[in-house]
Amino acid sequence: MSRAPKFTEEQVQRYARHIILPNIGGAGQRKLLDASVLCIGAGGLGSPVAMYLAAAGIGKLGVVDFDRVDVSNLQRQILHTDADVGRSKVESALEHLRAINPTIEVVGHDTLLFSTNVFEVFEGYDVIVDGTDNFPVRYLVNDACQFTSKPLVYGSIYQFEGQATVFMPGPETPCYRCLFPSPPPPGTVPSCAEGGVFGVLPGVIGSIQATEAIKLITGEGRTLEGRLLLYDALHMDFQEVKIRWDADCPVCGKEPTITELIDYEAFCGVPARSD
Amino acid sequence: MTTVKLPTILRKFAGNEARVQAEGATLRDVLGDLETRYPGITKNVLAEDGGLHRFINVYLNDEDVRYLGSLETAVGEGDTVSILPAGGGGAGARPRPPPPRGKHPARRRVSAPATAHSLG
Repeated sequence: MSRAPKFTEEQVQRYARHIILPNIGGAGQRKLLDASVLCIGAGGLGSPVAMYLAAAGIGKLGVVDFDRVDVSNLQRQILHTDADVGRSKVESALEHLRAINPTIEVVGHDTLLFSTNVFEVFEGYDVIVDGTDNFPVRYLVNDACQFTSKPLVYGSIYQFEGQATVFMPGPETPCYRCLFPSPPPPGTVPSCAEGGVFGVLPGVIGSIQATEAIKLITGEGRTLEGRLLLYDALHMDFQEVKIRWDADCPVCGKEPTITELIDYEAFCGVPARSD
Repeated sequence: MTTVKLPTILRKFAGNEARVQAEGATLRDVLGDLETRYPGITKNVLAEDGGLHRFINVYLNDEDVRYLGSLETAVGEGDTVSILPAGGGGAGARPRPPPPRGKHPARRRVSAPATAHSLG
């Protein structure tokens, strides 16, 4: 038996239902309190991810976003309220996360992620949770996680369908590029803004991402590593498919051809605006 | 007959059905039959050279066909073929501004007000 983890009286009360829970217990809760997680995006996916991780007592919780709260976000982005419309999402997120759990450290990164700042933003975080909405950032975050050996909890949503998985660093484990080697040509896959999104959907996928982040930290259970979970809300259909490591992957394959961050806007065919 | 599970973006070709039936001994045949039944449905699945697009994954049951026989993968009675486009979506609403020109863009750390007053 390891020594009993030390908790304050307040922590014992706050995390009582975890501490008595098999597979988490005092040791698991201690790991959560000592962990740091970065949520990329404080939107539909980022909302439940950050709220549940804050409630779970993740010691340091970072939130990256560059956007402002729009009234059209409120149908699904439950981290923000009507009173937050017009505010920075990071500012709104930090305030609400502190209201959920004032005993943890929450850190805001009010910025876009680019090749030039991603390593600096990632520094000091154990687990990265991807809740972004575009391909350049997906590939950027994937590559940065591979280069810094950080586990990545992936989630994406479109209309009534969602996907989630876990990409682990290390040899012969798949990354996002193994799953989707190339981004779709611009215009072929509509965005949520164009195609709409079912408001509860990010709640389901984001909650799964928060679950996986907690399992990565506590080391309990079996994560989605190597498995892509597909969810169809309209038909209430869950499906699982295998994700294989691609020996020819340009980032994590046997002979990598991409060994440093690249221009992800160009890679995804997104024209760089000059204004 | 093989069940083909369609992603949202392809359902418009098939009367908004999420699952349809198609026939064929190989994946190529199944997709060909699918195209006959629902014209236009494989336009974004098959590339001009006749191969599978790299941004679309196709699974036979739970296995990526790239690791089986790609379009020549044998498809049997009762198998399920799933078509899956790359997942990029999140919940955002507007395009990204251009990248900064400087080599080391400034990062701003934001502190929320100490009192939470906007809840509710």
